[in-house]
Amino acid sequence: MTTLTEAPVARKPDYKTKARSDRTTIYLLLLPALLPVVVLSVIPLVRGIYLGFTDARAGRNVDTNFTGVENYRELMNDDLFWSAFRIGLVWTFAVTILQFVLAFGLALLLSQPLKFRGFARVMALVPWAMPPVIVGIMWRLVYHPDAGLLNEVLYRGGAEGLQHNWLGDFSTALPAVIMVGVWSGMPQTTIVLLAGLSGVPRELHEAAAVDGATAWQRFRSVTVPSLMPVIVAITTLDFIWNFNSFGLVYVLTAGGPGGRTMLPMLFAYEEAFRYGNYGYAAALGNVMVVIIVALLAVYLRRRLREANA
Amino acid sequence: MRASRLARTLQYGALAVYMVFLGFPLVWMLSTSFKPPREMVEIHPTLIPHNPTLDNYVAAFTEQELGRAALNSLQVSLSSAVLTVLVALPAAYALARFKTKLGTAALGWVLLSQLFPFVLLVIPLFLILRQVDLVNTHAGLILVYVVWALPFALWMLQGFVRNIPRELEEAAAVDGATRLQVLRRVVAPLLAPGVVATSLFAFISAWNEFFFALVLLKSPDLATLPVTLARFVGVEGIARLGPLAAGSLLATIPSLIFFAFLQRRLTSGSLAGAVKG
Repeated sequence: MTTLTEAPVARKPDYKTKARSDRTTIYLLLLPALLPVVVLSVIPLVRGIYLGFTDARAGRNVDTNFTGVENYRELMNDDLFWSAFRIGLVWTFAVTILQFVLAFGLALLLSQPLKFRGFARVMALVPWAMPPVIVGIMWRLVYHPDAGLLNEVLYRGGAEGLQHNWLGDFSTALPAVIMVGVWSGMPQTTIVLLAGLSGVPRELHEAAAVDGATAWQRFRSVTVPSLMPVIVAITTLDFIWNFNSFGLVYVLTAGGPGGRTMLPMLFAYEEAFRYGNYGYAAALGNVMVVIIVALLAVYLRRRLREANA
Repeated sequence: MRASRLARTLQYGALAVYMVFLGFPLVWMLSTSFKPPREMVEIHPTLIPHNPTLDNYVAAFTEQELGRAALNSLQVSLSSAVLTVLVALPAAYALARFKTKLGTAALGWVLLSQLFPFVLLVIPLFLILRQVDLVNTHAGLILVYVVWALPFALWMLQGFVRNIPRELEEAAAVDGATRLQVLRRVVAPLLAPGVVATSLFAFISAWNEFFFALVLLKSPDLATLPVTLARFVGVEGIARLGPLAAGSLLATIPSLIFFAFLQRRLTSGSLAGAVKG
């Protein structure tokens, strides 16, 4: 956000003491916002974590018992869970990395004094402006085996042999879905990187150029290092968002064909609201949090060590 | 910066590839939405419809389910937006003007809550709302949306409050204006753009939201637009793709307006911190 210039005027002392006596007013002002957040966000979350250690099931008059690690023992032996977990990791890493690489390229281009730059910047925002469900529907139209854009382009390009039922074939479903994930998440990443690029000091570039550094050398030793904090922040956020993503794949394939795109979130959703296994689904959620935190800890620690090296 | 002609050409080429990748799915949906059913079943679909028609839009509008879903979405999103701003406004003012630890806590919660998968949140929410008979009601969904949008709305609004120079308020107070007068005459007019932006944000996040609506609303009569459109997807025959595309495009309009509104500030980087998926 924009910065606020510090006021040169000394504050009136009486105003200050008044502010101090306003403590109660402050809490009264904050209460209407804090109360709903606590009741409908903090409490449910704590309760959700607890549910993961119970045998809670759907239905009004079902007893819920504390079962400790029983759910997790069951998860360990659940092939479907392991499969969803593997697919989730492939999806998360593939989408995050591709998103980053493609968005970085686009951000670099957009920071160049090219013609049509204004138009390109608007276009770069388009996927962000679309609700995930609509993005899913739109790409179903692109991937449609008969009325779809992709197969038709392949046909016109003389590559008829490459035509597929993209979302229906076992081998192409996951890559096809990953492509959509990349598409829909590019704007956020691009914009953050673009903002970061505009913050790289010009003088550094010029100094390096004077010293005879090539464009590639300047990119590696000036641009990337000064962008590192931004890169770490956005890839971390992307990673979390992608791991927890739901609506897009739900609309595209609903986890099919044959579970080939069954992300952990979809799996947990089915457990909870199709089979009514609340406790088990919550346990799944707990495992997901632990995995994300562990992966992020490794990533952030390595980055931190590199930064200090 | 001096770039060779070859480098420039490559850059324009790359930019063109990006534009095709980003724009073409949308162009295709647009094209599909103008195609009559007969063209949908053609073996080789064309980009530009032979006989463009508005029938799909008429169908999307008059189709009872979609029309009702649009009204539901409108009702839920408007209520969420108004409630979010009403609740966030006093709190944002307090956070911006007085130092409290709660501000840091609120910001921390925004970040922390991103980490938890929705499943963990939605099951207990479902149970809590069921206890007070708010499952399968718009009121319940609106409550959830308000809470969901609040942390970010708070953060956005308090930024806007901070941008109003404190001296303006102090000057008015010195001139003898009461606290309430200061808020009404000085703060409110300056804060108006911030309020508009924040309510737009709350409106859009409710309008686009899918997961909570899917879980919390059971009867089709109450379903919001994304849920109804997603339901269409499972059962649509190839001939129904046209109205589906038309309905989807219509459902995108509110967020397009929002982004057109914020576009300049987003690309110039001044709102770059305000990124949320």
